[in-house]
Amino acid sequence: MIQPHRPIALGIRGLCKSYDRPAVDRLDLTIYGGEFYSLLGPNGAGKTTTLRMVAGLLKPDAGSIAIDGIDALADPVAAKQITAWLSDEPMIYDKLTPFEYLEFVAGLWRIDAKAAERSATELLDWLGLAPHAHERCEGFSKGMRQKVALAGALVHDPKLIILDEPLTGLDAGSARQVKNVLKERVRAGGTVIMTTHILEVAERMADRIGVIAHGRLIAEGTLDELRHQTGQAATSLEDTFLKLVAETMPVAAE
Amino acid sequence: MSAPATLTWLAGHELRLSWRDWLSLMTAGRRHRARTVTIALVVFAAFMHLLAWSMVGRYAEAAPDKATLVVVSGCILLSWSLLLSQAMESVTRAFYTRSDLDLILASPVSPRKVFSVRIGRIAGSVALIAMLLASPFINVLAFLGGAHWLAAYGVVAAMGAVAAAFAVALTIALFRTIGPKRTRLIAQIVAAVIGASFVIGLQVAAILSYGSLSRFAPLQSETVITHTPNAASAIWLPARAVLGDPLALAVVVGMSLALLAATIAVFAGNFGEHATAASGVSSAVVRQTRSRGFRRRSPGGVLRHKEWTLLLRDPWLVSQTLMQILYLLPPALMLWISFRDGGGALIVLVPVVVMAAGQLAGGLAWLSISGEDAPDLVATAPVTARRVIVAKVEAVLGSIAFVFAPLIVALAFASPFAALVSGAGVLIAAASATHIQLCFRVQAKRSQFRRRQTSSRIATFAEAFSSIGWAAAAALAAAGSVLALFPALLALGILAGVRVIAPKGA
Repeated sequence: MIQPHRPIALGIRGLCKSYDRPAVDRLDLTIYGGEFYSLLGPNGAGKTTTLRMVAGLLKPDAGSIAIDGIDALADPVAAKQITAWLSDEPMIYDKLTPFEYLEFVAGLWRIDAKAAERSATELLDWLGLAPHAHERCEGFSKGMRQKVALAGALVHDPKLIILDEPLTGLDAGSARQVKNVLKERVRAGGTVIMTTHILEVAERMADRIGVIAHGRLIAEGTLDELRHQTGQAATSLEDTFLKLVAETMPVAAE
Repeated sequence: MSAPATLTWLAGHELRLSWRDWLSLMTAGRRHRARTVTIALVVFAAFMHLLAWSMVGRYAEAAPDKATLVVVSGCILLSWSLLLSQAMESVTRAFYTRSDLDLILASPVSPRKVFSVRIGRIAGSVALIAMLLASPFINVLAFLGGAHWLAAYGVVAAMGAVAAAFAVALTIALFRTIGPKRTRLIAQIVAAVIGASFVIGLQVAAILSYGSLSRFAPLQSETVITHTPNAASAIWLPARAVLGDPLALAVVVGMSLALLAATIAVFAGNFGEHATAASGVSSAVVRQTRSRGFRRRSPGGVLRHKEWTLLLRDPWLVSQTLMQILYLLPPALMLWISFRDGGGALIVLVPVVVMAAGQLAGGLAWLSISGEDAPDLVATAPVTARRVIVAKVEAVLGSIAFVFAPLIVALAFASPFAALVSGAGVLIAAASATHIQLCFRVQAKRSQFRRRQTSSRIATFAEAFSSIGWAAAAALAAAGSVLALFPALLALGILAGVRVIAPKGA
């Protein structure tokens, strides 16, 4: 689907990364500004490796990554300035409070202290963390920790938000809060790329869905477009996904 | 093979876990290192035997008179305080490490049975480590003075059993008085302080009485020998057992095993209850921090501030890192005495201060550089990797300056030259230790601090030898000797070697 009226938030061309075998293999991907993009794929398909390269955590073997027109490999600092990364394992500091954690993140991203404090207070409120803002994170549940990490990812108002399985292990209430905050960001013009194994989340939230297998994009489009590709108009995303994957990775689809 | 869920079956399970834990500790989880580790252990054992020969060889023919009994008893007490420290650490770990606790407590096996075996395992491992550490000394004494010295192995094993019994009783007493929330921290600090206090206490006593740093000086003094019970007293039973008295050995071993058995009988049931309580509250302490607004800081500033805040808020880490500073107490006392009397023993201080700075910097550098709990956050921040490293190194060196500056300023009043040399030595030793940690950096959790040595034995040894080299150089420089160049060159050689053999990309 061509969206020429929207700027490209993330452009990936010919991206490669190999370990013992190719994890990402000449991957091309385009995500537009203000889009919620869900990247699906079976375990070991190359989703996390792709996102870690986009976030600047892994160096690609070949290819290019452009974030909002900035060459992320040539100028990583400028690319990181407008990007946020959140993984399934919330990495926060046990001995800091959420408020202090956000102050730390704001300092790293060189955000004006007053603006950052306003944004932090707002985020903590949205995520239901305001009553715990000044408690150390050491006693927090997985859901609370993930919400603190999400607040950290959003406090510098990133243009591109990269999320790797952000809802894993969250209870229904926490998951809804996280989804609402993400929707709000997209409404405000932010771009989200998210991997998830919870297909219902991708089905309900994503503008477009990409399916990756063996490190390559095997299908991409809206849910209807994907259904159309499989020739099954009225099926769920789960059926569509399994059918698409079965064509390239029969074992993973079983 | 014993029937499942019996005491022997559980003991076999614990033994297998202990063995694998020890193997992993020795080889840092890499099985191919087993041969290298074996060779290193053999070389280390040979070196320790030589060291033991030089230290205790002349005492092999010692007669069981009162003076000998006092010194041997002092050594037993000294070693036992360290064993108690080790046992408390093990008991605390058994309480708070969840690992298989849920599985065990959810199984139909009696918790009393499980924890009886577990307490036995703690006693066994403490005794085994003690026997291994004592073996060079006992072997040398037995070789030179006769087989009767081998009785010391029995005493060491008994000491391990008594240490485990005391550790269990002490930790459970802490549980009952201050609750599971605070016991973990307090028990670990108590363990660390017990481990260090006797050594430091003896040194302080030696300095105050004799102006010497020897730990044994007070034990060999006329005052102590005169004021202790006569040689026939039961208080000397452990010392007599070490010297080969079979009756004393039987009494000591028998009593220690009885004490351990009684402890297991009394506390094994409670152990299970407390372990359950501990696993439920291990991190549930709610600590409020005073609210204040965001402050404007540069990325380097927030990184330094974060490092210092995390360190100051973790009393366990503070206790672990500052234990090394405790060992500065004796030299500090010596400084005070020398300054007061105008004595010239200040040169002794210089290497101690430099050595301590190197060791402390190594620990802090590991915490700051490798022990980053949010590596992805820092790596995805719009800050260059170089800037991050510089900020972390600044945090380490800033902490070192904060700790050592008062001592060096005090030293400057007594001897400006010694202070200048110490200051330079502290800075260089700290920078060297930090450099080594940078070369061997790994991604780890701060909670793994105690096991940091296992990730790279080379880094550990390089850090120790570099600190020793700079300490020796500083001592010789303070004495005005050009020979200071040799240990300095040796330390530089170690740093150069580290650069060559450090893993690429670290």
